[in-house]
Formats: sequence, C-alpha cells, structure tokens
Amino acid sequence: MKRLLVLGAGTAGTMVVNKLRPALARDEWSITVVDQNLDHHYQPAYLFVPFHPASIGKVSRPRQKLLADGVDFVVREVDRVLPDENLVRFGDGSELGYDFLVIASGTVPRPDQTEGMTGEQWRRSVFDFYTLEGATALGERLKTWEGGHLVVHITEMPIKCPPAPLEFAFLADAHFRELGIRDRVDITFVTPLDGAFTKPVASSQLGDMLKRREISLEPDFYIERVDNEAKTIVSYDERVIPFDLLVTVPVNMGAEFIARSRMGDELNYVPVDRHTFVSPKWNNVFAIGDAADLPTSKAGSVAHFAVETFAKNFILHTQGRELPHSFDGHANCFVESGGGKAMLIDFNYDTQPLPGKYPIPGVGPLTLLEESRINHWGKLMFRWIYWNALLPGRRLPVPTAMSMAGKRDISQDTKSTTSKEEV
Amino acid sequence: MGLSSIAGHEVHVDQEGFMTVYDEWSDELAQKLAANIDLELTERHWEVLRFIRRDFEQQGETPTLRRVSNTGGIPIKELFDLFPKKPAKKMAYIAGLPKPAGCV
Repeated sequence: MKRLLVLGAGTAGTMVVNKLRPALARDEWSITVVDQNLDHHYQPAYLFVPFHPASIGKVSRPRQKLLADGVDFVVREVDRVLPDENLVRFGDGSELGYDFLVIASGTVPRPDQTEGMTGEQWRRSVFDFYTLEGATALGERLKTWEGGHLVVHITEMPIKCPPAPLEFAFLADAHFRELGIRDRVDITFVTPLDGAFTKPVASSQLGDMLKRREISLEPDFYIERVDNEAKTIVSYDERVIPFDLLVTVPVNMGAEFIARSRMGDELNYVPVDRHTFVSPKWNNVFAIGDAADLPTSKAGSVAHFAVETFAKNFILHTQGRELPHSFDGHANCFVESGGGKAMLIDFNYDTQPLPGKYPIPGVGPLTLLEESRINHWGKLMFRWIYWNALLPGRRLPVPTAMSMAGKRDISQDTKSTTSKEEV
Repeated sequence: MGLSSIAGHEVHVDQEGFMTVYDEWSDELAQKLAANIDLELTERHWEVLRFIRRDFEQQGETPTLRRVSNTGGIPIKELFDLFPKKPAKKMAYIAGLPKPAGCV
C-alpha cells in the first residue's frame, strides 16, 4: 500500500485529494489529509464582513464533508516533517509515514511580527480583516465610527489575495458615501510597493481608481512599528502617518512547522520548482497553493490552476515517469470596486494583467481590467462555484493555462511607473 | 530590453535600466550605476552588494529586504540609510540584478 499524505485541508489540499482519489486505486493507495482544525472557511467573504455583517451568510463548512470518499481526515497539529525519514511528527507525539508528501498548509497573517501592531490599540483602532475575528471586530467598530483618518495598509509582500486591500479601500469609500459621511473621512492607501499594484498596467489603472475616489496613495512605505500612543505608523525611513482607524494586512507567513522542519525560506514558504511544485531537495515532497514559494499571487485561483497541473503530473510521477505538464503561474482575481461593480484581472508568471474579455475571448461575459456589474455578480456567484464545483475537483469551463486570446497588449502604451532616475 | 552603454561597456538592460545579464556586471560598473542614482559606495554598501550577488547566484532571485536582513545580517533600518527611500530597487540596480519581483 502506498501512502499519500497531504498537510492542510484548505483550498489546495482539498482539491488535491479530491482530484487524486478517483485516479489512484483504493487497494494500492491510501490518501490522508491532515489539518489543525475542523472547519474550512471561504476566505473571500471576509472582505464584505466589515460592511455588511448581516448579509454574509455561512462562511465555513466542515472540512470532512468536503472530502471525497476514501480520503482519511486527521485533525492534529503538525510538529515537524522529517523529510529524510519520510515521516511527519505531530504535536501529541504521534507520527505518520508517507511515500509522497504534499505540503498545502497555506499562509497566515502574523501581526505579532511587527513591533506594536498587537499593542493596546489592537482591535480598538488597529484591525486586520484577513481573519473572521478581525473582520467581525472591524465591522463592530465601523458601526459607531464617526470619521477621521482611515489608513489602509499593507505590511509586506507577498500577501494572500493581493487586490484585497485595494478592494477594502474601494468598499470603504462607497460605504462612507452611502452613509453620507465621506467628507468626514480621509482615506490613505499605504503600501510597500511603488504603486497601487504590482504590475504596471493594472497598477496604473488601479491608481486612477484610487484618485477618482480621492483616496491618497503612499507608496514605498516599509513599516517599522505601530506607535500605539501617538496612533501613527512609522516607516524604516522615519516617515510617520497618523491614523484614527488603521486597517492593516500583517506580514503573511507560512506555517511554523515548516520553519521547525527547516524546509522553508525566511517567510516559511517551501521552495519548489515553479512549474511542477516538486521540491528540489526531496523528490517525493511537493508544496502547492500559498505554502509554496512561487512567484505568483497567493490566491485560491492560483491553487486551482496549479492543482489541475499537479494532479495530472502526480499520476505520471507515481509511475516513475517525468513531469510533462508545466504550470504557467496563471492567476485571476475579481477586484471589487464598490457600488455593486467589480473588475477582473487575469495574468501569469510572464504576462501582466491586460484588458479584454473572459473566459470566452471577445465575448466574455466578464470584462478584464474594467469595472462592470456582471463582474460583481461573478464574484458573488463564485462562492457557490467554490463549494460545489471547485473543491469537489470538478473541471470548470475555464482554461488552466492563461490565454492571450481577446486581450489587448497595451503594456507598451503605458509608461512604466518608475524611470531609472527614480530607482 | 536593450543595450546601454555604461562606463564605456555595452550591457543589456531592461526598460527601467536594470541590467539583465549577471556576468556583464563588474565593480567598475557598480560605481557608475551608483553614481547614476547619486550614491557613493562605502565598504558597507559593498558588503550588501556582494551578499545579494552571491545570494542571487545561489537562489536565482533578487533577495528581499527581509532576506538581506535575516540571512545577510544587515538590518533593514541600515539598508534604508545606505540606499535611501527604495533600498530593494536601488540595491538590485547597482548590483546588476533584475528588479525585485515585488511579488503579485
């Protein structure tokens, strides 16, 4: 009996086991997935919690119910992986051996990593919205908040769902307009990046969207500490930004057991081949989804496209064959822009987000890099797709590899956001 | 992508002037690149440059500030003193490495 062990029953881990279970004979393969808790959260819903807590609906389901028949689910905390012994040791001292290991333990916000972030203002005037507790607490605070300086802040890249802080700023703008108090709120978007987003065309488009909403942009801001007394954030080069309400995205890091296992980089992400997800050190160890150190977005869509490639490869790998399929870094994300609209971006390792139509070139119905109502409905509908098609491992009617069909390459028209003089 | 003439040498650079061929770099070029952005290189600058060149060679990627601090042992605060305002980009620019991915 061969043993496949998957660490993490989130988006990537759940899809991996659900794709592989039907493909691997039950009398030859056992599949076990481990997680530290019982519930699977639909994290994209967190974004809306601070503004419309009542209409959020159910954001979680029991992990067990999302797993295919014939997959063993174990709830236990991983202490460490011993990759030279093909063994995983748990916090309670128990162990599980494996023939193949897939690390899919994701990434988590770590406010404890920034001086002062979890100080006395934490969850009073300093909030995160990347956890359900944080988003809920922020919703409570917003109910009675009467205005002032709202600072939306990214601590360090990479972060899970990179457009989310921008979406938060757009939704906050719309929210305060709806309440009729927008004139009493000034919003500043503070980022370590040199513009609103990472890639030039999207960055310039999203930068314009900030401007139109009178949201100021503070780029190249690398936070050193939160000053709880003065209610300011201070950068390493001693810029000081005051806040009445700070909504921050803390440093995101991979699981601590990866550090204990000495398998990760300085943010606990596992180095793997960017096209096949296999570890360069141990050829029976893979990392997929946010846990991997891939140079693309940390997002469910990436996990989805990655698993499609991984599952096909893995079956061949178990037969001792080469890994013929290659992941291109494909990601797409809905970007909620407020007022019932959203835009959609679609990109990969080599090609930045460009305007066009998706998924059918020239037709859509979704529009790329442009706000529309149908994109917003697409975003809302996606929750159903996530639970009912994506996680069960059904094939979605969208291509795995990114396509240039129907896109306009305007990257040459858009001036790069920096020039040599500004380096 | 294109060729640029720096200190009398033809080197490959990207649209923003970051060198794209690792082996075309030299100490002399670094001085010139630093002068382009109004920096004079001290021994401490050279320590950073040597670390990030070596790290790139081993890892295949321009290291982040966090990595230079954790692995290279030069505190982030000091990196901001040495390469004001945009240390990650300035270090890469002078060291002849690709612009840091900044991630997506």
